Amino acid sequence: MKYALKKFAAMLVTILCISFLVYLAFDLIPGDAALAALGTDVEPERLAALREEMGLNRPFLERYFDWLTSFLRGNFGTSYKYKLPVADMIVSKLPVTVIMALISFAMMTAVSLPVGIYTAKHSGGRIDRVITVVNQVMMSVPHFFMGILITYVFGMVLKLFTPGGFVSYKVDFWGFLSYILFPCVAIALPKIAMSVKLLRGSCIGEAKKDYVRTAYSKGNNTNKVLYGHVLKNAMIPVITLWGMTLADMLVGSIVIEQVFNIPGIGRILLTSISYRDYPVVEAIIVLIAFVVVATNFCVDLIYGMIDPRINVGAES
Amino acid sequence: MSLGKWIGKKYPVNVIIGMVITGVMLLLIVMSFFYTPYDITKMDSASKLAAPSLCHLMGCDNFGRDIFSRVLKGMQNTFVIALLTVIIGTTGGVLIGAFTGFFGGWLDEVLMRIIDVVFAFPSILLALVFVSIFGTGRYNVVAALGVAFIPSFARIVRGEFIKYREMDYVKSARLAGVGRPRIIFVHILPNTFPVLTSSVMIGFNNAVLAEAGMSYLGIGVQPPDASLGSMLSESQTYLFSAPWYAVFPGLMIILLVLGFSLLADGIKANA
Repeated sequence: MKYALKKFAAMLVTILCISFLVYLAFDLIPGDAALAALGTDVEPERLAALREEMGLNRPFLERYFDWLTSFLRGNFGTSYKYKLPVADMIVSKLPVTVIMALISFAMMTAVSLPVGIYTAKHSGGRIDRVITVVNQVMMSVPHFFMGILITYVFGMVLKLFTPGGFVSYKVDFWGFLSYILFPCVAIALPKIAMSVKLLRGSCIGEAKKDYVRTAYSKGNNTNKVLYGHVLKNAMIPVITLWGMTLADMLVGSIVIEQVFNIPGIGRILLTSISYRDYPVVEAIIVLIAFVVVATNFCVDLIYGMIDPRINVGAES
Repeated sequence: MSLGKWIGKKYPVNVIIGMVITGVMLLLIVMSFFYTPYDITKMDSASKLAAPSLCHLMGCDNFGRDIFSRVLKGMQNTFVIALLTVIIGTTGGVLIGAFTGFFGGWLDEVLMRIIDVVFAFPSILLALVFVSIFGTGRYNVVAALGVAFIPSFARIVRGEFIKYREMDYVKSARLAGVGRPRIIFVHILPNTFPVLTSSVMIGFNNAVLAEAGMSYLGIGVQPPDASLGSMLSESQTYLFSAPWYAVFPGLMIILLVLGFSLLADGIKANA
């Protein structure tokens, strides 16, 4: 319990730090909301008046806490470009990106776990060697190029989906899912390769340790040793990777959205960057950072569940 | 003993393949500084989207520019950017990691908290923040990715320094009156090289992939200069009629990364 609380406190501190740094960074850029509202060729008096009215002349820390509290209440500010509340712009696109990340994550765990265990168990065998080579190549393919290849092979040659024919989940949920499946494969494949390699290596490393010999000498067979003893320990580095991967997938989908022409968070982020629409950029980045930090917190909790020594170690 | 047998004994097959791929890639990159078959910006309307042939080994793009020449230049750009990124990341990481790992204390706590925060941030996202503040262009990408890569190196070096600082040889050096900077850089740092080298190579690969991703998004190297990422992004419009336009730049990224990661595996196994 103490361990969880400690990690929770660390998470809050990290979130505070990130939001502070991001706010500071965007505060240092020349140009602010008042300038964005009036344009550059405005009389200085009107600009100053609007700044006063919008509260932009207040001290930095005061503005930061104001921004933070309204951010936590779900008010992310107003877009410079579209004059819309940022929250409204994001909320309609968020499900697309999140669903894509979650499906890719599910694909990764569902494939890499059995394959990783199989290759570890039969390491040195023919199938293991083939998978190792395939893995090595997969890890070198950038996911957006994988996306382009998938578009060509499955979209243009095999005609399993229409490239660029994205339908919103609001219009046709099954159509949306069957389109989204292909980008998800593109995101998941390199990550599958990575986690298979890690799981295999970690299983083989654990299998050399003394407790494995003890477990065998007690009369366990390979399966019992593997699933009862080795896997639990071998999973710890894999779970670390998965935790980082979830964040990577959220960000990776920014690029993949461009490949498959999907209007998600990535699209808004990129257009906002090119229009210098800072409130939107700021909100999306802080949101993603929150997700990343929260995932890390969950990973830490899972460590504690798998390996009770981590709990005790943190308390002593 | 023949040369082939000697190499086969010393290095496993995958490392040899890695060496060959990396060697060829490096040769091509070095060549691109002095020679490309065509001018990379020369347009030729007669050979728009021409298929690969003896004149144009990888075909031509939508402006009739030679893809092979542009791929060479793109590889050079990617390589230089990735190299600079890794240099910034390693230098920063080694300095921070060495001092925090060696001295410990409150400075270590504070710096590691900051490192954790930056580490929690996916590097492309950090680069996007950077670019949205400072604008696009290759040097901004280098700076952004370089900063983004510092934490991972700092963590590795710090871990190594914590391991070594309690060792007897360090204690005896201290007793002998060797100054701290000398202990850090002359006595301990070389011992971290085996671990550092393989992570530098992995870092280089990540930098190549990140640079390609950023120029694919149009925020890296700006046209008309060539980059593998932006070629891939342009090629998508012509994917059906000219698939080779996408295949060759993509293939080059894969080979660049594959060669290095095979080499890194070999170095890791030897370390």
